[in-house]
Amino acid sequence: MSRPLFQFKGGVHPPGHKAESNTRPIHAAPLPKKLVIPLRQHIGNPAKPVVSVGDHVRKGQIIGEADGYISTAVHASSSGIVTAVDLQPVPHVSGLADLCVTIETDGRDEWVAREPLDLGAPPAELRMRLRDLGIVGLGGAVFPSAVKLDPGAAQVCPTLIINGGECEPWITCDDVLMRHFADEILQGVAVMRLLLGSSEILIGIEDNKPEAIAAMQAAAAKLDFAVEIVAVPARYPAGGAKQMIETLTGKQVPSGKLSTDIGIQVFNVGTARALARAACHGEPLISRLVTVTGHVLRPQNFEVLIGTPMHTLITLAGERDGNTGVLMGGPMMGVPMPNLDVPVVKATNCVLVKSKELFPPLPKALPCIRCTRCADACPAELQPQELFRFAKAGDFGRAQEYHLFDCIECGCCSYVCPSHIPLVDFYRYAKSEIWAREKDKRASDLARERHEFRQFRIEREKKEKAEKLAAKAQAKRAELAAGADTATPAAADADANAKKALIAAALARAQAKKDEVAPKNIDNLSPDTRHEIEEIEARRAKIRELARQPLESEEKNS
Amino acid sequence: MPSPYILDRTSVTVVMAWVLAALLPGIGVYVWLFGPGILLTLSIATVTAVAAEAGMLKARGYPIKPFLGDLSAVVTAWLLALSLPSLAPWWLIVTGTLFAIVVAKHLYGGLGQNVFNPAMVGYAVLIVSFPVQMTQWAGPLELTATPLGIGQSAAIIFGADVPKSLLDAVTMATPLDTLRTGLLQQHTVDEVVRQPIFGYLGGTGFEWLAAAFLLGGLLLWALRIISWQVPLAFLVGVWLTAGFLHFFDAGRFGAPWFHVFAPSVMLGAFFIATDPVSGATTPRGKVVFGLGAGFLTIVIRTWGGFPDGVAFAILLMNLCVPLIDQYTQPRVYGEVRKEPRA
Repeated sequence: MSRPLFQFKGGVHPPGHKAESNTRPIHAAPLPKKLVIPLRQHIGNPAKPVVSVGDHVRKGQIIGEADGYISTAVHASSSGIVTAVDLQPVPHVSGLADLCVTIETDGRDEWVAREPLDLGAPPAELRMRLRDLGIVGLGGAVFPSAVKLDPGAAQVCPTLIINGGECEPWITCDDVLMRHFADEILQGVAVMRLLLGSSEILIGIEDNKPEAIAAMQAAAAKLDFAVEIVAVPARYPAGGAKQMIETLTGKQVPSGKLSTDIGIQVFNVGTARALARAACHGEPLISRLVTVTGHVLRPQNFEVLIGTPMHTLITLAGERDGNTGVLMGGPMMGVPMPNLDVPVVKATNCVLVKSKELFPPLPKALPCIRCTRCADACPAELQPQELFRFAKAGDFGRAQEYHLFDCIECGCCSYVCPSHIPLVDFYRYAKSEIWAREKDKRASDLARERHEFRQFRIEREKKEKAEKLAAKAQAKRAELAAGADTATPAAADADANAKKALIAAALARAQAKKDEVAPKNIDNLSPDTRHEIEEIEARRAKIRELARQPLESEEKNS
Repeated sequence: MPSPYILDRTSVTVVMAWVLAALLPGIGVYVWLFGPGILLTLSIATVTAVAAEAGMLKARGYPIKPFLGDLSAVVTAWLLALSLPSLAPWWLIVTGTLFAIVVAKHLYGGLGQNVFNPAMVGYAVLIVSFPVQMTQWAGPLELTATPLGIGQSAAIIFGADVPKSLLDAVTMATPLDTLRTGLLQQHTVDEVVRQPIFGYLGGTGFEWLAAAFLLGGLLLWALRIISWQVPLAFLVGVWLTAGFLHFFDAGRFGAPWFHVFAPSVMLGAFFIATDPVSGATTPRGKVVFGLGAGFLTIVIRTWGGFPDGVAFAILLMNLCVPLIDQYTQPRVYGEVRKEPRA
C-alpha cells in the first residue's frame, strides 16, 4: 500500500457534502406508471427504434438497436405497452427534446429470456454482445464500453484503472456502490481484464471514502489476480480520468490523444458493476444508482430504472418548500434540468435539488484583475485569464492557440475567481463559436467545390458540343465538297430554293405556335374597355412621374 | 445559470481587504518611528481616491456600489500615500491620487484594464513635477530635534505658512538621498554611511519599516493572496544587482542589504510589483518581471536622476508585461512539445 502517488497540478477543495446522502441504505425506487426512455443515451449514433406504438415489450427487451460501432442498444426497463415513440424533453445540456420511447408499465415487470455471456467467445463477439446489452460508461461521459474494451492495434492495454474518485461535492452513488457491491464491481473488472489483457489493475478511491476503500480491499483479497486499491487525496477534480491517471501513474495523457495511446484505460466503478451484471446474468443496463440530495428531507441513493421521471425520486426523498431548481450531476459540472418530468438516463449520477440557502445566487461578475488564481486552480494547466480575454474579445484563433480545447470544463477556475466571472461559460461559448465557424467553413468549402465542379462540367459540355458540331460540320463540308464536284449549278439553285421554303414554313409554324400560347385577353376588347385601359396607363405614368419628383425635392431640401 | 453553482468565498473585496490589512504593521511602525503625519497623508489620499473613483464610475455609467466596494481604490490610495513623504502638502497628495485614479486607472478602462500600476503612475507624476516637495521627508523621531504631534503634522500638511524652522527641524534627506548626494560629492560609501541616518541594514528607522512591510508581505504570501515569484525575484534582483556592483567597487556602490532594506523596495516587492492587473501572469513571467524590476531599481538608483527607482522600474516592467507573458506561456497538461508562439 505504499504506492508512490503523483500530484496533478491545480484543483480546488469545495465542501464535500457527502455525509448527507451516504449514510442511508440504498433504496430501490418503485416502478413508475410511465417510463420515458431516450434513444440517445450514449456518445455516438443514437439507437434506432425497433418498437412501435401498441407493442408489448418485456423488461430488458431491445427497444432501440445500436446504429454503428460507436453506439449501443437501448432497452425497456420494465414490461408494458409502448404508448409513444416521439420527441420528449430529455436531461441534456441543450435542453432540446429528443426521440424517446414511452412505455406504460403493466406492473408485472416480466423479464425477457437472458443468459450469461460465454466469456470464452472471441473478444469481438463479446464486445458486440456488450454493445447490444447497452453497456456505457456510468461516470458521466456515457461512452459505449464495448469500444473502450477494444485494445485496438496494440492488442493489449497494460494498465487498467478503475475510477472510484467521485470528487464532485454531494454525489455519493459510487461511494455506496463500492460499499455494497464491491464483489460485483470486481467481477466486472475481471471481464475488463480479460478483454483488454491488462496486467496492472489499479482502483483509485478518494481518501474521504474509508468505508468504500475497506470494502473494496476486502473484496480484492478474495480475487485470484492482483488488484491494487489506492487511496488518492480528496481534491476536485481527482476523479477526472486524466487526473486519476496522473495521480496513480505520474503519466499525462498527451494533448489530443487517448489514454490507450499510453497503454491505460479507465472505467468508472458503476460501469464495472454493469458489466458484471451483463456478463454473469445477461442483464442489459436498465437501471443505475442515483444520488438524490440537496434540498430534500432524506438525501439518499436509489436504484432507479432508466426512464423514471426525476420528480418521482424527489418525492421519494422528501420534497421540501423552497426548491430553486434541480441539477443533474454535481454543483461543479452539473446541468440544470428544464423540468422535473425528464427521465433518469444512464448518465444521471445525481439529482441535486437546489435551494437559496444551499446555492445562493452567484454575485454579479466584476472585471478580471488577472490575479491568476484560475491558472493556479486549472488542472489542465491552462491560463484561464488569457482564454477569457480572447473569448471575450472574440479572438477565437488566439484562444485555440492557448489550448482552449484542452479545457475540461471542470469549473475550478470559475470556483476560485474572486471577480465571480463565469469563466467556463466563456470557454463553452468560444468552443461552440469555433465549431459553428468550422461547420460554416466546411459548408462553404463544399458549396465552392460544387460550384467549381459545375463550372467545370458546363465548360466540358460546351467543349464537347463544340467538338461534336465541328466534327459534324467537317463531315458535311466533306460531303458537300464531294457533291459539288458532280451536281450542276441549276440543281444547286433548286436546292437553295427548297431550303428557303423549308425555313419559311418552319417560321410560320413557330409563329402559329407563339400565337397559340400568347394571352388573348386583350385581343377582343370593347372600345370602352380599351379607353379605360388607356386612362389607367396615363394615370400610372403620372404617378410614376410624381413618385420621382419628391425624391428630387427631398434631395434638394437635405 | 451556468455551472459551477458554487463559489469560493474569496472575492476581490476580500483580496483587497487583506492587502490593506497586511499594510497595517508597516503603518504602525511608520507612526511609531516617524510620527503620526502619515495617518493624515493616508486619510487625505483615501478620501480623494474614493471620491475620484465614485465620480469616475458615475461618469462612465458603472454601478458605484459594487465597484467602490471592491476596495481597489483604497489600496491604490494607501500605496501611493506610503510612497509619499509623510509631511507632503495636501495638494500634492490630492494631485497624485487624482492622477492615479482618474488617469492611470479609469482613463485606461477601470479595474483590471490599467496597463500601469496606478499608485506608481501617481508617484512618478509627482516626483517629476514637484521634486522639491517630494523630498521633504520627516526624519526618524530618534534623530529629529522636535518630535511632531498630529496637530503639528496637520499644520505642516495643510498650513501654507509653516515656520521654516519647524520644517527644517523635522525633515531630513532619506538615507538613499544622503548616499546619493554623498557619492556625488566624491565621498566613499564608507564615509557616507557613518552618518546617523544609516542603521544596521538600511536607514535608521527605515529598516524597521522595511521589516514591517516584509512581515505584511509574508502574510499575503501565506494567505496565497500573492505568489512567491514576484517578491522573491524582485528582492533577488535588487540584491544581485547591488551586490554585483558593491563587490566590484564597494567604495562607489551601496551594500546590497542596504538597498534591500529600504522600505520602498519591500513595499515595491510585496505590494506594488505584485499588483496582478499590471504585472506578469505566468509563473516564469512573474520571475522575469520581478528580476527585471529589481535590476532596474538599482540601475535607476545608481545612475538615474532620482534617489529611488522602484516606481520607474515597476512602470518600465509594466510596459514589458505583454511580451513577457507571451514568451513565458507554461506547458499545458499533456502538451507534448513546446511550440513557439508568434
